[in-house]
Amino acid sequence: MAVDIIRLLKSKKKKLFEKWIQNQLGSDGLREDLISNEDLRAQSEELSDVFLDSLTIENLNDPTSSSFDPVIELLSGISVVRARQGFSPRETGQFILSLKDALIELLREEMKDDPALLYDHTYRLSKLMDHFMITSFETFLKGREEVILRQTDEITEISTPVIRVWDGILALPIIGTLDSSRTQIIMENLLQEIVATGSGIAILDISGVPAVDSLVAQHLIKTVSATRLMGAECIISGIRPEIAQTVVHLGIDLSGIITKATLANALRYAFQVLNLQVKKATTANPERI
Amino acid sequence: MDKIPILRMGPFLLVTIQVDLYDRLALDLESDLIQMVNKTNAAGVLIDISAVSIVDSFMGRILGNIASMSKIMDAETVVVGMQPAVAITLIELGLPLKGVHTALNVEKGMEWLKARTNDIESVNDEDDLIVD
Repeated sequence: MAVDIIRLLKSKKKKLFEKWIQNQLGSDGLREDLISNEDLRAQSEELSDVFLDSLTIENLNDPTSSSFDPVIELLSGISVVRARQGFSPRETGQFILSLKDALIELLREEMKDDPALLYDHTYRLSKLMDHFMITSFETFLKGREEVILRQTDEITEISTPVIRVWDGILALPIIGTLDSSRTQIIMENLLQEIVATGSGIAILDISGVPAVDSLVAQHLIKTVSATRLMGAECIISGIRPEIAQTVVHLGIDLSGIITKATLANALRYAFQVLNLQVKKATTANPERI
Repeated sequence: MDKIPILRMGPFLLVTIQVDLYDRLALDLESDLIQMVNKTNAAGVLIDISAVSIVDSFMGRILGNIASMSKIMDAETVVVGMQPAVAITLIELGLPLKGVHTALNVEKGMEWLKARTNDIESVNDEDDLIVD
């Protein structure tokens, strides 16, 4: 009886494949912009071939059987590639789900007369396909995570430069979200630069930080305190109205820190501290004109 | 037994810590320094920790103690030349050394001490004038 189903599926391979392709083409998950119909066909054909080849009576009830390794491997490859190409989870899921649908449709047509048998086989195949589905999802997520990790590395690499705006004044524009590891890097860079240049004032500009929550604020406070321990003064500038609002609503105490609205204000304050004056020249410099 | 030398420079005391401080040494330094402040009637204490690469919470506490004790005895304390790694460690340990003044190097620390004591002296002078 069980032999029947294997033989049946293998003999109806062509029909199954066509059904699957039809299901895929008919679903909303079809992404013609990401994968051409020919590629999709080739991908599906390869998978259905491998799947039917490795399907036996023994492993029909055992999705974790090692005889499915080629299927899993192929499926993982496809899922990872899809994750990188930018398929959504739903679209990736559709790939396997439509195969399941095709299988069940086929069974329904072939076993109309025997509902008990139909139920039995449907149940087993569903279980098997669900297992594949989970594997596909796992690898899809893994692929996504790899993408995220790579991007994180890239962001860390772009990480903030310390700019020497004046003798004794350093500026550090922070762009993007501040997390612990980034704060650590920023703090080290800043402190090292303070030692190297002997600067007395450092300006942290947070206009490029999208949101300040209590954690980010804590990181900022840490950086400021560390700068103070080194013997330099730290000013935080670029505080947008929204940030000021959240900071106050969260009850974060920034009163011990010198804060300025813009980098220009911070620079003006730094000049004052260093007893520097910026004056407009009374006579125009002829060479400049 | 190691001992950290305390140098006298005019009205100030200068301590340069050239070795990694272990607990006993730090405690000795604390008591020696306070004795010395008392003896010389120093107006300021400058502690140079530029050669210190390892700190723990105890060391952080000792620095804070020295500052508070000197403060009571009317001497300003300035800690200079802290290494970036040391600063980060102290912050991570939750010891921002409130009440201790810091400076980038000995030169700046001295300038600060001088400015500070000058301020106080000039205020005292003004007081005298008013009294007269």
